[in-house]
Amino acid sequence: MTYTAPVKDIAFVLKHVIGLSEIAELEGFEEATPDLVEAILEESARFTGDVLAPLNRTGDLQGSQWKEGEVSTPEGWKDAYKQFVDNGWGSLAFPPAFGGQGLPMTVAAAVQEMWHSANMSFGLCPLLTQGAVDAIEHHASEELQQRYLPKMVEGTWSGTMNLTEPQAGSDLAAVRSTAVPQGDHYLVSGQKIYITYGDHDLTENIIHLVLARLPDAPPGVKGISLFIVPKFLVNDDGSLGERNDVKCVSLEHKLGIHASPTCVMSYGDDGGAKGYLVGKEHHGLVYMFTMMNQARHAVGVEGYGIAERAYQQALAYARDRKQGKTLLGKNEDDQAIINHPDVRRILMTMKSTIAAMRGLGLECASAFDRARRQTDKTVSERMQRRGELLTPLVKGWSTEVGVDLCSLGMQVHGGMGYIEETGAAQYFRDARITPIYEGTTAIQANDLIGRKFARDGGQGMSELISDMRATLGELANLDNADMQAIAERLDAAIEAAEKANSWLLEQSEATPAAATSVEFLMMHGYLAGGWMLARSAQAALELNQAPDADSAWLDARVTLARYYAERMLPLVESASTIITGSAATTVALDPDQL
Amino acid sequence: MKIIVGVKRVLDYNVKARVKADKSGIELANVKMSMNPFDEIAVEEALRIKEAGNADEVIAVSIGPSQSQETIRTALAMGADRGILIETDEQLQPLAIAKLFKHLVEKEEPGLVVLGKQAIDDDSNQTGQMLSAMTGMSQATFASKVEFDGDHLKVTREVDAGLESIKVSLPSIITADLRLNEPRYAKLPNIMKAKKKPLEVIPVADTGVDVSSGLSVVEVNEPPKREAGIIVNSVAELVEKLRNEAKVI
Repeated sequence: MTYTAPVKDIAFVLKHVIGLSEIAELEGFEEATPDLVEAILEESARFTGDVLAPLNRTGDLQGSQWKEGEVSTPEGWKDAYKQFVDNGWGSLAFPPAFGGQGLPMTVAAAVQEMWHSANMSFGLCPLLTQGAVDAIEHHASEELQQRYLPKMVEGTWSGTMNLTEPQAGSDLAAVRSTAVPQGDHYLVSGQKIYITYGDHDLTENIIHLVLARLPDAPPGVKGISLFIVPKFLVNDDGSLGERNDVKCVSLEHKLGIHASPTCVMSYGDDGGAKGYLVGKEHHGLVYMFTMMNQARHAVGVEGYGIAERAYQQALAYARDRKQGKTLLGKNEDDQAIINHPDVRRILMTMKSTIAAMRGLGLECASAFDRARRQTDKTVSERMQRRGELLTPLVKGWSTEVGVDLCSLGMQVHGGMGYIEETGAAQYFRDARITPIYEGTTAIQANDLIGRKFARDGGQGMSELISDMRATLGELANLDNADMQAIAERLDAAIEAAEKANSWLLEQSEATPAAATSVEFLMMHGYLAGGWMLARSAQAALELNQAPDADSAWLDARVTLARYYAERMLPLVESASTIITGSAATTVALDPDQL
Repeated sequence: MKIIVGVKRVLDYNVKARVKADKSGIELANVKMSMNPFDEIAVEEALRIKEAGNADEVIAVSIGPSQSQETIRTALAMGADRGILIETDEQLQPLAIAKLFKHLVEKEEPGLVVLGKQAIDDDSNQTGQMLSAMTGMSQATFASKVEFDGDHLKVTREVDAGLESIKVSLPSIITADLRLNEPRYAKLPNIMKAKKKPLEVIPVADTGVDVSSGLSVVEVNEPPKREAGIIVNSVAELVEKLRNEAKVI
C-alpha cells in the first residue's frame, strides 16, 4: 500500500488556521514563507512517498538484526537513510550555526508527520537524533557542541537517549548507572534498556546521551547527571578514533516497529565507557525535562502520522471492496463498502479526528515557535505556557486516539484486516508503542494536571479556554447553519470541561485527581481538537467566498468539523461526568479484592 | 556553454483528467499541477551535463501563466541557475512555443536546448523538432543516452525498431525520453536557495513574437468507455470475428 502525503490538508492548516505567515514575520523565521513551505511539503511528500513508504512493509518483515554486538537494519534502509541525509531532511529545524536550516518547529512537525506516516520505524532514528541535538545544543559546553553537533545536524551521526534501566522506568530516580571522574572525562558503567537505535548500521557514529550517577551523588532525582558517550571516540581533528566501551548486547522482540532496533545497551564491560559531562553535575534530569516537551510532541506527531497512513489504506479498501447491497450506493456499479453508512462512520471518524490532532500538533509547535521568537515578553511567556499545556495533550491524546484509529482502519477491512499480508495490522502494531514510550499516557496526564494545570492555578488553562470562547463568539456571529451547529456543541463541551476543571482544583487530596487524570487528559484533547476544527471550518467558510474557490474541498472541511462536533465533542461531556463522579469508586477496592 | 531547459506546468500525472462541463477543455481549476515528467528528465540531464563540467549555466524556461513560476522554482530547487518565464494566459500551440524558444535562443545563445520529448497534457511531441527547423540547430529526439564527444554529442535514440545511435554537432536540441535518467529529489537547502535565484518574467507581448494560431479547439470529449470483451469458443470463431466484425484481418 502506498502513501500519498496529504499536502493540501497540511498546507491548509498551516496557512489558514495556524497563521504561518505570522510565524514567518518573526525574527529568524523570515525564510518560512507560505510559498517556500509549500515547496518543502511537496518535495517531502515525494521523498516520503517514493523512498520511505515502500520500505515500511519489508522493514516490518525483516526487522533489524543483532549479530555479535552489531545491529544491521533491513534491506534498503542504508540507502534510504543516505538519501535522507543527502537531501538535508534531518537538518530542517536545527540551528544554522551548526549547519541546520533553522526552520520553525511548526514546519518541522509538518514534515515529520510524513516520515512517520510513510515509515514510523525509519522516522524514529532522526527523531532520537533530534532529541540528542536539542540536549547538547541547550546544555553542553561550546567545545562539546563543536565536536558533536555538525555531524549530528547533518545526520551522518545519529543520537540516542539512554534513560531507562530495568529498575528505573517511569521512575528515573532509581537510575543506578555510574560515572567516575577520570581526568578530562568520566568512565560510565551500567546497563540501559529500551534504547531506540542504540546500535545500527545507518551512520558512521552514534552519540549516546546517558543518565548516570557520580560516586558522591545525592540519592534520588537530584543526583543524576547527563553524559555524552560516543560509540566511536572523536579525535581532536573530528576524525573517528577507537571504539568506546559500549555495546548493544541484545535486541528486544516487540509487538511492532520491528525495523527500529530497541537495544539493551551495556556500558563499561571493559572498565568504563568514556563519557563527557553535559552541563553541570547532578543536573541531568533537569536538562532532560527541558527537551522533554519537544520529544513528547514528536511522539504525538507519530500518533496521528500513523493514523493517517491507516486511514489511507482503509479508504482505498473501502472504495474497492464490494460486499452486500449498500444503502448509499447510487446504482449497481456503485456498491463498494464505502457506501455502507457504518463504513462512512469509521472513515469520517478517522479523517476528522486526524485533522483535529494534526491541527493541535501544529498549533502546539507554533506556540513554541512564537514563544521562542516573539520579542514581546508577555506574548512570549503566554505562548510558552500554551505550548507546554498542549504538549501532554498532543502526546497523550494523539497517541491513544491514534491507536484507536488504526484499530478502526483494520475494522474497515473485516477479516482481511487481521491478516498480516493486508498491511493494516502493521499500523496497529506499530502505533501501540506510542502511548507507552516517552512517558506513558498516565505520565502525560500527571504532567498535565500537576505541572501544566494546577501549578499556575489554572492560568494557562483559562487562557486557552478564553481563546476557545473567542472562537465561539466569532462562530455564533456567522449566519450559517453549520457554524451554529458547531458552536452549540463546542459551547456545551467547554462548559463541561470547565466544570471538571473546577472540580479538580477544589480537590485537596491527590488521589481523586490521579484516579481520573487520564480521563481529564482525553477530555481536554478532544476539546482542543474540536476547537482546532471549528477554526478550520471558519477558515474554510471564509475562503469559500472567493469566486474561484475550491468549493467541494472547502465544504468538506466544514462537514468534517461538524461531524466531529456532533460525534466527538460529546465525549468531553461524558468525560466531565466521569471525572466529577467516579474518583472514589475507582480506588474503593483493596488490592486483595481485585 | 549555456543550456536552456524547457519546463511546462501540466496537470499532475496522478490526477484523473476531467473534461470541463462546457467541453472547452480539461478542468484545471483547483487541481494539482506539476512539472511535466519528461521535463524533469530534461532538467536532470542538463544538470548532469553541467556537473560533468560540460556546461556553465542551466536556464529553466517556462511559457504559461504566472503560476508557472512554481514550476521554474522546482527546476531551480533541483539545481538550475536561473529561470525565465514568458508569461501568457493563452493556451499556446507548439508552433508558437517553438517561436518563443527561438526568440530566447537568439537572446541567450545556448550551446544546448534540452526539452521533454512531449508534454503529458496534449502529447504533441512537436516543439523540439520545430525549434530545430527554425534555428538550424541539430536535433536528437527521444534521447535515452547523451555523451559528449568533443564538439559533438553522441546520442542514443529510442525509435520503433530499437535503439539508434547518432552523432550531432553543437549547438543542438535534445528531447528527453523516459529512460534517459532518473530525476533527483530536490535537497532541502536547495529548495531554500531556489527562492533567491533570479527569475525573469517576460510578458509574451514584449517578445514581439507572433503567437497567433490557425488552430482552435472546437470541443473536448472523454474517450469512449471501453466495452466488455467476449470469450470465443474456438480459433475459427476468433478469426471469423476479427475478419467480419472487427475488420482487422
